[in-house]
Amino acid sequence: MSYRFPSDEWIKELSRLLNESESYESSAKNWEGDFVFEIQPDEAFPDTAYLFLGLHHGKSPEASILNASDEKPAAFRVSAPYGTWRKVIDGALDPIQGMMMRKLKLQGDLMKVMRYPKAAKEIVSCCALVPTQWPEA
Amino acid sequence: MWTFVSPRIVFGEDALDSISTIRGNRALVVSDPGIVKAGLAERVVDRLAAEGFQIHVFSEVEANPEIPTVQRGADIAREFEPDWIVAVGGGSPLDAAKAIWVLYERPDLQPAQINPFIDLGLRNKARLLTIPTTSGTGADVTWAIVLTDPIERRKMGLGNWENTPDLALVDPAMAAAMPRQLTADTGLDALTHAIEGYTSTWHTDMTDGLCAHAAADVFDFLVRAVEDGTDMEARTHLHHAATSAGLGFGNSMASMAHAMGHTLGAMLELPHGRAVSLCLPYTLEFISREAPDRAALLAARIGISSAGGEQGARTLAQAVRHLASQVGNPLSLEDAGISQADFESVLDKMVADAENDTQMITSGRSATSAELRRLFEAVYKGHAIGF
Ligand SMILES: [Zn+2]
Repeated sequence: MSYRFPSDEWIKELSRLLNESESYESSAKNWEGDFVFEIQPDEAFPDTAYLFLGLHHGKSPEASILNASDEKPAAFRVSAPYGTWRKVIDGALDPIQGMMMRKLKLQGDLMKVMRYPKAAKEIVSCCALVPTQWPEA
Repeated sequence: MWTFVSPRIVFGEDALDSISTIRGNRALVVSDPGIVKAGLAERVVDRLAAEGFQIHVFSEVEANPEIPTVQRGADIAREFEPDWIVAVGGGSPLDAAKAIWVLYERPDLQPAQINPFIDLGLRNKARLLTIPTTSGTGADVTWAIVLTDPIERRKMGLGNWENTPDLALVDPAMAAAMPRQLTADTGLDALTHAIEGYTSTWHTDMTDGLCAHAAADVFDFLVRAVEDGTDMEARTHLHHAATSAGLGFGNSMASMAHAMGHTLGAMLELPHGRAVSLCLPYTLEFISREAPDRAALLAARIGISSAGGEQGARTLAQAVRHLASQVGNPLSLEDAGISQADFESVLDKMVADAENDTQMITSGRSATSAELRRLFEAVYKGHAIGF
């Protein structure tokens, strides 16, 4: 089974993997703050998509695709073109380096993110574990 | 795609004379009481005065600079309105000066908000000159700022490319009077930067040569400089190695030994260099169980072992232990005189802080909380890592 990116099934699978991850749970045990991932259009993907990932105290209580960017309030938003997301999920781009090079844009309380770098890394590791199907494939 | 940042660097004998090349009117000298007492701040102040600068000296920076200190320094900067911030000292005054500079230019920011994901818009009010007086931190050329939150007793890894110094004057004479123990601790810090910068998952073609060269020179010259403080050839190589390692790891990040060493230093009051270098052999062994190649490659490149794989990496770890013992440094926390009770009373916090230290993300192998606990216990007892 593989999951199309971006889709409701894909973000729900990521949420399920996070809930199974002991190392995510221990590194994010005090974390509070939901994320919206904004996938912006590029040559390979003509649409805009918003994926909501609820994160609370080392668990991911909910996840869904959104119809509009403000459908659900979220403390953090990460925006990047589709091709950049693909590189992150494929493990070809470290998202923290991507943010430093402004390839991914992070909005929210950055001080808080700086205090939980390992949790951020665990989320990305889990992204790489989702069997992903790309739209043009 | 990645980037490499560096200040202009003047290095070698009489590098300090290049103070005459900076243009400005008012200099805020940031230093610490020891540097003032040793007359090193005065050497800088005299040269600045000769160039016609108005000078204010802020010398209240403590070892492991705390947030209130840099806020006080920034208040003074706002009052004095310097066009140059001149940092003189080891890592603590240099890191404090970077933070003071940012807060002076950006009074809307809190120290903890200095992060690499925003545009700071510096250099509207001042520029930063760094003059290292130890041969270790590399803080003269890096953008990293390590500040301590005194309430949480936690070290925070902050910084932004923009707060890279404009000019670094790397003059071996400024570090020539370091006492034996400081020479050993700071030299081993430089070695830890070089090895972690080389083995970091963010290492690049631009950083590898700098790190390998610096590691080789610390292995070649540290014992000489510790045993004979007047050996200026050894001291000069070490002083340059510290800056080379700074350029390397400053652009590729350090790794797990720094993540563990930061909290170890904060909780058990060990000097930074001693704390991180004490952890280094253990973290090299731990990482090499899964990802030995970078350490093994470095071991081969600097002539320590051509074995490759885990054996090569473990030989590098042993070489670090051997060097530490040659310069009289402890190989375990027990050796360092830390009691079992003191160690156990802070172990939970050290595990939690190391796990979420920014330097952890570039480790070739990540560690769970349980593994970090076992690593700290091994560092306490001096047991090599087999897991
Ligand atoms: Zn260091």
